[in-house]
Amino acid sequence: MTKEKFIYGMYNDDDLMIAGIKQLQAKGIHVRDAYSPFPVHGLEDVLGIKWTRIAIAAFIYGITGLTLAVLAINYMMIIDWPLNIGGKPNFHFYQNVPAFVPIMFEFTVLCAGHGMAITYFFRNMTLPGMPARNPHPRTTDDHFAIEIAAKENTNFSKEQIEEMVAESGTVAVFEKERIVKFL
Amino acid sequence: MVKEAEVRDPLILGKDVTYHSITEDVCRPIESKAGRLWWLVFGISVILAIWGTGMILYTIGRGIGVWGLNNTIDWAWDITNFVWWVGIGHAGTLISAVLLLFRQKWRMAINRSAEAMTIFAVIMAALFPGIHMGRIWLAYFVFPVPNQFGSLWVNFNSPLLWDVFAISTYFSVSFVFWYIGLIPDFATIRDRAKGPIAKKVYGLLSFGWTGNVKAWVRFEEVSLVLAGLATPLVFSVHSIVSMDFATSVIPGWHTTIFPPYFVAGAVFSGFAMVQTLLLVVRKVLHFEHYITFQHIELMNRIITITGSIVGVAYLSELFISWYSGVEYEGYAFLNRATGPYWWSYAIMMTANVISPQLFWFKKLRTSLLFSFFISIIVNIGMWFERFVIIVTSLHRDYIPSNWSMFHPTFVDIGVYLGTIGIFFVLFFGFTRLFPVLALNELKSILKSSGEAYRDKDTGHH
Repeated sequence: MTKEKFIYGMYNDDDLMIAGIKQLQAKGIHVRDAYSPFPVHGLEDVLGIKWTRIAIAAFIYGITGLTLAVLAINYMMIIDWPLNIGGKPNFHFYQNVPAFVPIMFEFTVLCAGHGMAITYFFRNMTLPGMPARNPHPRTTDDHFAIEIAAKENTNFSKEQIEEMVAESGTVAVFEKERIVKFL
Repeated sequence: MVKEAEVRDPLILGKDVTYHSITEDVCRPIESKAGRLWWLVFGISVILAIWGTGMILYTIGRGIGVWGLNNTIDWAWDITNFVWWVGIGHAGTLISAVLLLFRQKWRMAINRSAEAMTIFAVIMAALFPGIHMGRIWLAYFVFPVPNQFGSLWVNFNSPLLWDVFAISTYFSVSFVFWYIGLIPDFATIRDRAKGPIAKKVYGLLSFGWTGNVKAWVRFEEVSLVLAGLATPLVFSVHSIVSMDFATSVIPGWHTTIFPPYFVAGAVFSGFAMVQTLLLVVRKVLHFEHYITFQHIELMNRIITITGSIVGVAYLSELFISWYSGVEYEGYAFLNRATGPYWWSYAIMMTANVISPQLFWFKKLRTSLLFSFFISIIVNIGMWFERFVIIVTSLHRDYIPSNWSMFHPTFVDIGVYLGTIGIFFVLFFGFTRLFPVLALNELKSILKSSGEAYRDKDTGHH
């Protein structure tokens, strides 16, 4: 488990936070992350954080589910034990496929949904038993915090950074250690 | 900030609502002690639940001979209750998924409790096929698992197997969707909790949520994609349930209209149940600012639309039974309306076709008391719809000597009332321990759709 110290600035409004981040960026400070009680739209663009590719993962899980469903149904109903249902043709997959569509669909959704959810939990490191990792309890209520690493802003001293953060409309500035890596 | 059009009514009422006051309002029921009224209704539900559990255990112990089934009517209250509960579940997914895709922001005040209702209702539904097996310990037979009988597989051509896949996918995906939405709200409660036990429990439930930018980006993407996946699920699950009937050759069941007709009926009864629950929750937990008259009116409109679709479906069935010229089909419908079960047909028609039409009057659809009354009437009507479809089609067998009537035993009634009890135990527990409104999602619409901010910025009113 690796821990690192960061400088945090707290705002009491999302619009003030975005204005504050822009002000700091204009002065040449790199803001690495922000914490908010709800999704603030456009914040990822301001901070230059890329959009997630989790939807692509979901698509891949879905295709995997569909493939598994087709293979399993084909094995059970066509190869291993073809059922004679009212003498209807049952020697090839394509002869039965309309009846297989519901389960092929359901299994696609099952794999896409759960695969994506599991990926989401691991990428966010939100798993049962994890400790709370937000810098201040009020960032899940009505406050917004920005995170600045002193070592990413070597042009300024720590005191200078703290002063500039304080001038950007914050209600509080503090330094705190947080877990950056679990393994 | 993108503003809503001014012609739209604000979704969050109150001039002094802030981010913090939303947190306070939603956390109040969790952090305070329950009132006497809550204990009273919870107590009644617990008694019903215990009685129902006893009846379920009695059924499992003695076999389904203790129900009122006979050779002619071999499916009755069990499947009626199953379809009824699954149908009720559909509203939650419709609100959380379909309304999300359509960017209907009014869903945010009601989606959390509607999804909770979905999950509890689907659990109640899944119980019935389980106990109807008789030997519930062999329930794994419904899954395609390798077994001791060699090449014995489940039948992938059968709607009953489609049901297994549909219901389990529906339940588990809805549950995950619900829980992913709950995590940030559990984190809010965790960060406010004062007692060590509450801190520990909500800390565990919130999975160490941080709320940084990337986490929220992922949150939004996952919600959107899960909504996209859950939307076809809403339509597929009840379509598949309807095919349990529609693919058989029983007069009155063998109709192609069943899938859309069942889906409309499911949304209809589900919204009625959401309405019943939310009108109570709104009053008891003081959520009048969040669940407004606008919400209630919009839900009533959906009830009217889906109720009208159901009405058209009933009339189409009647018309087609005559127009097809099939005398068995014609008889099945004549017998439904005028046979020994005419009273259940009459209840179904009155409650499902006529009662929602009263919502065309604005005075009625904005009346809390009337909405509550109709929401209960609709759910009674929808229970009778399933009863009519199932029992009246079965009780006139192909040979008149087999004709019979269904008489529920005390076990049938006990199991049904028991599931209502268990459902309400879960739901009332939910209202005291979980954030009933999606509090953090509500904050994201406060500035665009909240009365406090809109009027301040536009200088309107």
